[in-house]
Amino acid sequence: MTQNELIEREIHNLYLSESRRVLATLIRLLRDFELAEEALHDAFAAALTQWPACGIPANPRAWLVSTGRFKAIDHIRRQQRFGQLSDEMAALCDTDAPEPLTDDDRIPDDRLRLIFTCCHPSLSPEARTALTLREICDLNTEEIASAYLCKPATIAQRIVRAKRKIRTANIPYEVPGPSELSERLHSVLQVIYLVFNEGYSASSGKHATRTSLADEAIRLARLLHELLPNPDVNGLLALMLLNHSRSNARTNNAGDIIPLESQNRELWDRAAINEGCQRVREALTAGPAGIYTLQAAISAVHADAPCWAETDWAEIVGLYDLLLHQQNSPVVALNRVVALSYRDGPDIALTELNALLAAGDLDQYCPAFATQADLLRRLERFAEAARAYRLALSLTAQEPEQAFLQKRLGECEKNPPLSINTTATRL
Amino acid sequence: MKYICLVYSDETDLHGLPDSPKDPECAAYAQSLLDKGQLLAGDALAPVATATTVRVRGGEVQITDGPFAETKEQLAGFYMIDARDLNEALRIAQGIPPARVGSIEVRPVRQLQLD
Repeated sequence: MTQNELIEREIHNLYLSESRRVLATLIRLLRDFELAEEALHDAFAAALTQWPACGIPANPRAWLVSTGRFKAIDHIRRQQRFGQLSDEMAALCDTDAPEPLTDDDRIPDDRLRLIFTCCHPSLSPEARTALTLREICDLNTEEIASAYLCKPATIAQRIVRAKRKIRTANIPYEVPGPSELSERLHSVLQVIYLVFNEGYSASSGKHATRTSLADEAIRLARLLHELLPNPDVNGLLALMLLNHSRSNARTNNAGDIIPLESQNRELWDRAAINEGCQRVREALTAGPAGIYTLQAAISAVHADAPCWAETDWAEIVGLYDLLLHQQNSPVVALNRVVALSYRDGPDIALTELNALLAAGDLDQYCPAFATQADLLRRLERFAEAARAYRLALSLTAQEPEQAFLQKRLGECEKNPPLSINTTATRL
Repeated sequence: MKYICLVYSDETDLHGLPDSPKDPECAAYAQSLLDKGQLLAGDALAPVATATTVRVRGGEVQITDGPFAETKEQLAGFYMIDARDLNEALRIAQGIPPARVGSIEVRPVRQLQLD
């Protein structure tokens, strides 16, 4: 390998490890996403032409930031030669001003700022996830589009609109102050969890899991925890690690879903479980547990159980009670019903589920009817179970889930009705 | 940077709920913004029943009774503010007393393009 090839490879590695940090600092300095992205590009292009001759600078990251900034200033000056420079741009172009801070203490803050800007609650959830994946995780629009099964043009437009709103409404580039931090952090955690869930249970299509989005979300949470050590961030990271630890056991080679009950626990990722459990303990001892920590604790109870039969259902129901107290959502209540069915039996759970369904919030939610069907099946009320399975089937577009429900429906249809009369009255 | 905070509320909620703000509270909040140099203009509006809509089409003036759009929530007032950025504007908006019973729409002001 020649000297030049070595330098090119070094620049390529620097791009992989440093480009997001450099970009985040350039966005702070230039206060404009597009300008900063162009500057980042120009800085790496300059490195490719200059470093083979002059050698790699002592602090490559600082060199890239400073070069990118000067390229952007050049660009602004060329564009505005005949126009009036705005005060803001004039201040930016004042090259006599002290060299902007690019030291290592400051740069992690820039990435944290960028995360809070991309996840600002004044952007729609779709815009937040697309922008975060693009700017923080460095996925391109094609990659994001294929992860979300939509057209690259749709994602590109979403990102362009989000950037326009950031610029026009002047969404600042800052880490929120202590009084707002928890609310804003919630918005960031929501984005990370949305990305994870899209990867963990793809909402439609052939594959039940799309690992790369789940990995991306875990990577993002690790970065966030590094930049902002906080029990809620740790709790979310633990939750994702624990759920993801089961990904190899969740489907068989044919892509069929295997429910937790029948999973081969040998296939669970023990390293991820150990780290997840450790993080749950840290988060629980750090103060009152938030919603992600409680969900992680529930997942940890499953991870601890040597087999399905030995699951500590009393502990799980107790954790769901705490979770419901903080997050009174019908989906959480549904999950609690499932746990309750193993602690107190399917008949008691079914009574609670029917009350929940009567409230109407879960009318279009496939898992609600899949659960109802499962409880009825366990109670050997097969005709009613079959009807609930059919309803559940009509509410999902995900092929592996459809296959699972279809299989259970077939089993219920094979069972003879308990008595002609009861079936007739129930149908 | 200039933002406008448009106060929307169902007119019955604006005055009729236990949490509905009284005029002195609104005046005091506006004064506190004025003291900090953050309020450029602002007022409460008379009920929507007093609204008149004007249109000019083909040089012809059309005057009709009522607001432009019939919605559940009506425009009840506005604050033109000067804020450093959207976060500061949102902090100011959440302190506007009718936010408790209605909603505040925060919009950046657009500079007219004159060249």
